[in-house]
Amino acid sequence: MNAADNAFILVSAALVMFMTPGLALFYAGLVRSKNVLGTIMQSFIMLGLVSVIWAVVGYSLAFGTDIGGVIGGLNFSFLNGVGMDVVNSPASNLPHMTFMIFQCMFAVITPALITGAFAERMKFGAFMVFAILWVILVYCPMAHWVWGGGWMGEMGALDFAGGAVVHMSSGAAALAAALCLGPRKGYGKEPIIPHNLPMTVTGAAILWFGWFGFNAGSALAADGLAASAFVATHMAAAAAALSWIVVEWMHHGKPTTLGAASGVLAGLVAITPAAGFVGPMSAIIIGLAAGVICYLGVLLKSKLGYDDSLDVVGIHGIGGTWGAFATGLFASVGAEGLFFGNPAQLWIQVVSIVATWLFCFIMSYALFKIVDAIIGLRVDPESEESGLDVSEHSETGYQL
Amino acid sequence: MKKIEIITRPHKLDEVKDALTKLGIKGLSVSEIKGFGRQRGHKEVYRGAEYQVDFVPKVRIEVVVEDDLVRGVLEEVQKVARTGKVGDGKIFVSPIEEVVRIRTGETGESAI
Repeated sequence: MNAADNAFILVSAALVMFMTPGLALFYAGLVRSKNVLGTIMQSFIMLGLVSVIWAVVGYSLAFGTDIGGVIGGLNFSFLNGVGMDVVNSPASNLPHMTFMIFQCMFAVITPALITGAFAERMKFGAFMVFAILWVILVYCPMAHWVWGGGWMGEMGALDFAGGAVVHMSSGAAALAAALCLGPRKGYGKEPIIPHNLPMTVTGAAILWFGWFGFNAGSALAADGLAASAFVATHMAAAAAALSWIVVEWMHHGKPTTLGAASGVLAGLVAITPAAGFVGPMSAIIIGLAAGVICYLGVLLKSKLGYDDSLDVVGIHGIGGTWGAFATGLFASVGAEGLFFGNPAQLWIQVVSIVATWLFCFIMSYALFKIVDAIIGLRVDPESEESGLDVSEHSETGYQL
Repeated sequence: MKKIEIITRPHKLDEVKDALTKLGIKGLSVSEIKGFGRQRGHKEVYRGAEYQVDFVPKVRIEVVVEDDLVRGVLEEVQKVARTGKVGDGKIFVSPIEEVVRIRTGETGESAI
């Protein structure tokens, strides 16, 4: 065990934990005031629900002994054999528990990301059931495929901190959610406007901060690679904030605060799979492109007519896909991409992208349909009108 | 007696109040309102999607004055509240039948 590495990864785990409440604020500012608590709750409660699932069975399914490259065994269920020393630990420098809790935070935020797609209209109970099933049947296999010794990692797919596992998977599930739930009441007819953009920007800032733990911590050591991933992460976010506002400035005449915050997020998402494989200049290019691509991705929603309330598909789905693809182009640290003489890597990335989208979309769609058939996904029209805060939680966010 | 309602931009409130005070008007009421005129409100853009916001914030100042003050009020208010841009507001003048000062029971112009 290496004490410095252990300290760094524990702090990184804490940083990643803070992303979930940050995401809650980011999303909550974007909904109408009658849904502010319902939206925060959907992210915040994942810290409770997913953490327990992770300890009971999730960690084992993702990182237990490989079964056919598809799923982990149950040998670590109930955290059996996950101890304070490095025995069995996937990272030989870290106590097994440190690795487990770092990965736990990734599992927590991923289903929380999906909630942006069905914000303002989903039953809390149905969401909880969906989240349990989704983490076990979609997230854990994805984590196993990429990091747990599964087929995608074995094939050589590069995914440093979760472009496929976290962002494409949640983006694909978000698309399934938007299609299964249908648009919000009044969508396209009356303005549905963010109620508190300062809250959204605060959330974006917390996400940016937490993302250093997410990406730099994915080096799994307090070393130069962590520094490189940290710098790449920061540069991509910075560049994407700039490119997003430039595009909207040209397209709509004004640079918006929401645009700057969205750009930051697009850059962070896009650099996630590449963070440990690219240098700072490649990171800036990936970020600049991410701002433009995700801006166009968000516009696509109104063209195609589905209501992905807070643009999870446009930012996480499309941003994650661009990042995974860009990793195949720009990888130069510890792996080579197309621009560094290895076109085969790009092909591997494309295979991983297609597989991730197909698996996560089909599974998520099926899970939404099953939950819908059993308990119903959507609140009744009257509850939707009065807002989820009162109808689902008997609370109101503001007493003004 | 006439009631004069002035719909104007919120940031013009102080100037209008000062102008009215200079004319010898002793009391007025102010309310924050929202509305739109011919031009409608304004456009807001969130992640590339445009929304028309019809109702823009204005203030409404209400005063009741003797008939011979009306002309002066209209002139002074137009002078201070005009910016020349869309949204400068409107002034409505309407007749008042009776005024009662609740404390003393006075009526008519002496109660204004």
